[in-house]
Amino acid sequence: MPHDAAAVLPLSMSDERAPDAARASPPPPRHDTWGRWQDVLFENVTRFFALLVLGTLLAILVALAISAWPALDKFGPAFFFTNVWNPVKGEFGGLAAIYGTLMTSFIALLIGVPVSFGIALFLTEMCPPILKRPLGTAVELLAAVPSIIYGMWGLFIFAPLFGDYVQPLLTQTVGRLPVVGALFQGAPNGIGILTAGIILSVMVIPFIASVMRDVFEVVPPVLKESAYGVGATTWEVVWNVVLPYTKVGVIGGIMLGLGRALGETMAVTFVIGNAYKISAGLFEPGNSIASALANEFNEAADPVHRASLIALGLVLFVLTFIVLALSRMLIARLAKGEGART
Amino acid sequence: MTNESAGLDPNAISPIYRRRLFVNRFNLAMSLATMAFGMAFLLWILAVLFGKGFEALSPTLFTQMTPPPGSAGGLANAIFGSLVIVASATLISTPIGILAGIYLAEYGRGSALARATRFINDILLSAPSIVIGLFVYTVYVANVQHFSGWAGSVALALIAVPVVVRTTENMLQLVPSSLREAAVALGAPMWKVILMVTLRAVRSGVVTGILLAVARISGETAPLLFTALNNQFWSGDMNAPMANLPVVIFQFAMSPYEDWKTLAWGAALLITLTVLILNILARSVFRQTSIR
Repeated sequence: MPHDAAAVLPLSMSDERAPDAARASPPPPRHDTWGRWQDVLFENVTRFFALLVLGTLLAILVALAISAWPALDKFGPAFFFTNVWNPVKGEFGGLAAIYGTLMTSFIALLIGVPVSFGIALFLTEMCPPILKRPLGTAVELLAAVPSIIYGMWGLFIFAPLFGDYVQPLLTQTVGRLPVVGALFQGAPNGIGILTAGIILSVMVIPFIASVMRDVFEVVPPVLKESAYGVGATTWEVVWNVVLPYTKVGVIGGIMLGLGRALGETMAVTFVIGNAYKISAGLFEPGNSIASALANEFNEAADPVHRASLIALGLVLFVLTFIVLALSRMLIARLAKGEGART
Repeated sequence: MTNESAGLDPNAISPIYRRRLFVNRFNLAMSLATMAFGMAFLLWILAVLFGKGFEALSPTLFTQMTPPPGSAGGLANAIFGSLVIVASATLISTPIGILAGIYLAEYGRGSALARATRFINDILLSAPSIVIGLFVYTVYVANVQHFSGWAGSVALALIAVPVVVRTTENMLQLVPSSLREAAVALGAPMWKVILMVTLRAVRSGVVTGILLAVARISGETAPLLFTALNNQFWSGDMNAPMANLPVVIFQFAMSPYEDWKTLAWGAALLITLTVLILNILARSVFRQTSIR
């Protein structure tokens, strides 16, 4: 039917090219230009706030760098590699705090990663379906408890018990081993790097465990079923199928936990002991960047002292930025791969 | 667990298979143990908190001011300060977070700006809160030369914004395109479609995000140390240092005075209850009305 085709064709074209068709369509609403203006305005307002979020990060970096400059200028790169902290003489070097931050986070991961893996394994493979949601929520609530509560509990409840019972036991058993033994020496008063690391591990477990659980759940059932089909045990399925499939996301989850552990302030401040020392023994008190800031910043009257603390804060921010960026990229890569495979 | 090959004669099981079964049972038992480990810590902390906190709970907690060392008192000024600071932080962060979330989900989508913002937002979500406090100190407190409730609110708002952005964006992405197209086809301008149709379709999800953000900032201590600081007296002046529960806990718990420590436990209980209730509330709001 040729005349039908001729009638349809102009309609499907754009308005400029077919004025006839434009006239046939209902007249444009009166508020057309105003409506368009509002649209442009609204889009740009939302874009402005998105840019604001983007700019926050840059602003933090720049503001901290400027405020830290007096210290960085005075001490140079040595600031990061020397272990002096003498507000009276005005000499500062952040190595002890940086060491404390890294060491406590390392202990936290050492304990937290296997436990989180166990919890994720339990929640995805073993848990009866009715309990899945309540137990999953309970693990997430562990993350919701404010960190200052962990600090109080750590200081008043955990540390005394740990110092009275666990530390002497550790010194007498593991402490006698040749190389590792040196780590488990010191006054068993419950306060120190190890206690801080253990409390941190409890705090990062929910973050790592929920990422692991989420990535375990994206494993296509077919993969697991085929492994079960050839007679694999649950453990073999998890270890040889689920874990290799999700390894990138699991590492991302661990990095997320590390990022949390590095910047955790209040819980660590209560139990780390706040001493600028680097000792071999994990029972000895130490200091972390965050706890140094929490304890000293408001009392620091000397500008160089203040700038040194801000420089430590800058180190912490850059460190967590790198760790969290890696974590994001790894988790995103798993999500992308997942999309491509299904 | 279910593949113990029932029906086979146990004597016929090869040693290799027996070993595999043992490894399997052992590791699953360990998994159960780790779950118990996690739950034990949660219950332990909550039990201690409730035990010590209820001892401290009394009507005077809500009527009297924080005391000087060695005397009895309450937390009235700190409770009020916390409410004011958290409420203003929520008021600041909610519009920013929702609008930025709208940009990411509705306008930016896959653009370079949107992807960069999303990435940075995810990092800010886990950025150390003490650094946020330090940032607000350097740009705000150091310039006006005094601590203030506003500075505390700004610091908390900076922590809340990423949470709101993230949930708003995720929720808006759940809205089916057909809903948007239907509204656009009726001749509604895009901004009306977003505000009146898509955002409204996911409002329970957005409310969940705000509740989670409030829960997150209610317990934050580190960013308030350098911004709102503390105030021993009742003060409604947002331009002056302001009492707030987290900093009171920090100061009182670290002190040698028993009265102060008791008050710290009371404050800790109040904060934790608030945070846990907000969390559970957020989850139930979301579950009841989430779109699927």
